[in-house]
Amino acid sequence: MKVLVPIKRVIDYNVKARVKPDNTDVDLTNVKMAMNPFCEIAIEEAIRLKEAGNASEVIAVSIGDKACQEQLRTALALGADKAIHIQTDAKLESLHIAKLLAKLVEQQQPELVILGKQSIDSDNNQTGQMLAALTKRSQGTFASKVVVESGKVQVTREVDGGLQTVSLSLPAVVTTDLRLNEPRYASLPNIMKAKRKPLETIEASTLDVDLTPRVELIKVEEPSKRESGVIVESVSELVTKLKTEAKVIS
Amino acid sequence: MKVLVIAEHDNGQLKAETSKVVNAAVKVASSIEVLVAGHNVSEAAVSASEIDGVAKVHVVDSAAFEHQLAENTADLVVEISGGYSHIFASASTTGKNILPRVAALLDTSQISEIIDVIDSDTFKRPIYAGNAIATVKSLDALKVLTVRASAFDSQAQQSPCEVETLSFDVTNTLSEFVSIEQTESERPELNAAPVVISGGRGMQNGENFALLNGIADKLGAAIGASRAAVDAGFVPNDMQVGQTGKIVAPDLYIAVGISGAIQHLAGMKDSKVIVAINKDPDAPIFQVADYGLVGDLFDMLPELESAL
Repeated sequence: MKVLVPIKRVIDYNVKARVKPDNTDVDLTNVKMAMNPFCEIAIEEAIRLKEAGNASEVIAVSIGDKACQEQLRTALALGADKAIHIQTDAKLESLHIAKLLAKLVEQQQPELVILGKQSIDSDNNQTGQMLAALTKRSQGTFASKVVVESGKVQVTREVDGGLQTVSLSLPAVVTTDLRLNEPRYASLPNIMKAKRKPLETIEASTLDVDLTPRVELIKVEEPSKRESGVIVESVSELVTKLKTEAKVIS
Repeated sequence: MKVLVIAEHDNGQLKAETSKVVNAAVKVASSIEVLVAGHNVSEAAVSASEIDGVAKVHVVDSAAFEHQLAENTADLVVEISGGYSHIFASASTTGKNILPRVAALLDTSQISEIIDVIDSDTFKRPIYAGNAIATVKSLDALKVLTVRASAFDSQAQQSPCEVETLSFDVTNTLSEFVSIEQTESERPELNAAPVVISGGRGMQNGENFALLNGIADKLGAAIGASRAAVDAGFVPNDMQVGQTGKIVAPDLYIAVGISGAIQHLAGMKDSKVIVAINKDPDAPIFQVADYGLVGDLFDMLPELESAL
């Protein structure tokens, strides 16, 4: 079974995003970038499927400018067999990404696509579901457990109020939640080895997808700040203030 | 312009979020219709018809929709989508699962988790874990959006509007429901509770979360947790408050033993009043707290419980 893992280069999750003074966007100049945490979980899950003998090949793919090859090399160092870089400098929406990935799915015919449920920059939570729709595949979103058996994949999903398990016919699309696994670190020998693994570049423009923007970014602002509060000295002072000042308890 | 709102329900009952999604919808257009798709949903449909501003409720009541699987629910929404200018759903795990599938099938770019409506094309939504607020304008003819329910008020009640039953044959060979494991709790749901008390890594283990129970009982509060507490295995993930968990905005939020990582703040910083209890006076949680209490939570919690 071939597994395709789309990954995204994003701001490092420890870095606080700053808004540009002209309010046109978030300022990413000289900001540390990394693989989106949910994508790391997706890569890890694909590699585990391969190690368990359920997957034969793991292909990592990323869409963006040349810089995202850095994250593809990381994916290769973690254990992906090959990488595909879909090259574009355009600012893309989830729908565009899903359409480009659908073209790649058509070419590569992976039985399973595993990707992160959301990226920590745009926080959209759309791409996996859209890809499933465009490729007419089943979808198992927000997965905390993935079991592949006899032409099906059983996905346990993190839903409001509990866990839902669904059985999906392959081919399928799965999106990862936090508790699916704990990603490994790339070892130095594997980082060296990754430099020799195949990384293919495809120009997005050759995939025949309309990348015209559907959403216009008007402005980006800082969220309204909370006024700083007070440190209270004791539990009884806290309870008094909650009752008489904030009036949130009686 | 006409908005279709996908109702949030558990078959038996309509969830309070639906009324808040309608509240966002009335800011866009005057004509609002609601779809209730599920199994044995007649009571939920009546509740939907009583939300002020709703002109019509469409009901699809069939065993095929009992678990609201994305594959068949998206097909249903696409089938009835003609004539609407907007499709809204709550940014719950159900809405997040179904709506992007609908958007892709209708070839429209979805706008996720709006927190404000500027006009019928333009919306505000948080990005980068809420560290920035983007104002975005949809250029698509049909707009598909999820709504962060906690950012909107509930609608008033009205006398019931028209409820129409639709039938829709589904052929879903892609996915099948296997089981659901519901977290049993007598407490209010995190999304709907007026008071939330959450524990973090400072709780040290899962057993210690019991220290929050007595306080939650007295305040009618839901119990939440930070991602650190979930990652450490103290509590299940559906208790997680944060960027990738639940987004809450209760009247009172009490953070206990939570340092205040960006990802956690993203899930609770719109709460009306925030209380932080932490032994580290430099913890970032104190920067967003209205009332901070510096000290050992194992001393403070029993004291707080008896003081309430």
